[in-house]
Amino acid sequence: MLLQGYGSLIVEGTLATIQLALLSMLLAVTLGLIGASAKLSKQPALRHVAAGYTTLIRSVPDLVIMLLLFFSLQIWLNNLTEWLGIEQIDINPFAAGVLTLGFIYGAYFTETFRGAFQAVPAGQLEAAVAYGMNRRQVFMRVLFPQMMRFALPGIGNNWQVLIKATALVSIIGLIDIVKVTQDAGKNSMDLFYFSVIGGLIYLALTTVSNGVLMWLERRYSVGVRGAQL
Amino acid sequence: MNEIIQEYWKSYLWFDGYQLSGVAMTLWLLVASIAIGGTLAVPLAVARVSRNPLLRIPVWFYTYVFRGTPLYIQLLILYTGIYSLQVVRDQPTLDAFFREGINCTLLAFALNTCAYTTEIFAGAIRSTPYGEIEAGRAYGMSEFTLYRRIILPSALRRSLPFYSNEVILMLHSTTLAFTATVPDLLKVARDVNSATYSSFEAFGLAAVLYAVMVFTLVWLFRRCENRWLAFLQPQGH
Repeated sequence: MLLQGYGSLIVEGTLATIQLALLSMLLAVTLGLIGASAKLSKQPALRHVAAGYTTLIRSVPDLVIMLLLFFSLQIWLNNLTEWLGIEQIDINPFAAGVLTLGFIYGAYFTETFRGAFQAVPAGQLEAAVAYGMNRRQVFMRVLFPQMMRFALPGIGNNWQVLIKATALVSIIGLIDIVKVTQDAGKNSMDLFYFSVIGGLIYLALTTVSNGVLMWLERRYSVGVRGAQL
Repeated sequence: MNEIIQEYWKSYLWFDGYQLSGVAMTLWLLVASIAIGGTLAVPLAVARVSRNPLLRIPVWFYTYVFRGTPLYIQLLILYTGIYSLQVVRDQPTLDAFFREGINCTLLAFALNTCAYTTEIFAGAIRSTPYGEIEAGRAYGMSEFTLYRRIILPSALRRSLPFYSNEVILMLHSTTLAFTATVPDLLKVARDVNSATYSSFEAFGLAAVLYAVMVFTLVWLFRRCENRWLAFLQPQGH
């Protein structure tokens, strides 16, 4: 057959990559919303912490951060378990991948959301307060829906970069698309063919997400007036 | 920490006893790949915005494939994939080229950054004010002169802010070189990590050096923008 009996293995790896990308995206968006709120807060301490986080993460390559966290977390955990006198706990590579990717891309999302929050006209928020909405209502009804409209292109970009970054997790021992296609290639002595298959799966993933993003952008820009030429 | 710096500072910075390594190797990878990629991107960008589908569609396909797949996969295909083909091994020139990790790495990096840079330049060319192009035509400039005198000088300048981002992302991407046995900064850090088991110090040192390189690049690009984009800045009185 086309995949020489490695089909189920490759499907498994693809599902692992998709799972990893979605879970780290969830973590990154959460961290991004918290980070953006911290950057825009009135507390200087919060602002400084958030500025340090985004500057540091965005200036150091993701692979370096990934290896640094992956190895150091395990050593710190070993020290802790030794100190507590309990058995050694091995960090699950999948959890480590989600945590490090989420932590890294949280910094990129922080910048995306900060820009989007600032793009919402202040008059809208003042009008909402004047209507007697409390802070939660202002956020849920006025700020968040409009912020999403400005944030979507950035979210889309970050998502595309994040999918491609998941290819790095095979370096810290995770079984993903790269790992299964390389294994299949080595076992079948047809490394070129299976590496290309790996590339095609990523291409399919990015193409599909491109379509979804275009649909979302159309949906969230309902009611935006564009110039007619 | 101090012992690591004392013993390995030279490998971290430029020389591991056999060859170029660490920061010097990383910078060489960066400069070579953006020089090749950037040079190729200019004609490709012109083809990308061309009205002729025979020029436009192949370039679109190239950037679509290279921007839609991870650089790591591209490197694996070029390094282990191509060299596993018997056809390539039987050809002496191809065999000599693809056997060396550094050649495959530079090829993959240059092709990858070229795809992103082509789209950046093409975007800038498309956003050239139409008045400038029409004025050039009115002066009787040929298509080539129009590009050389009007479109490219302004488009390349206007793409500088986006291009600086791409260069910094490329610096981040050079960390993949160690998978093709190239002794870049991350490879040195990994070797130190396996020799000393002090992971945090070994990788932390590399992280600091990468951050220093990024800040230097950001500073350099800001100076270039101040110089070459001065005409786009709001005028003071």
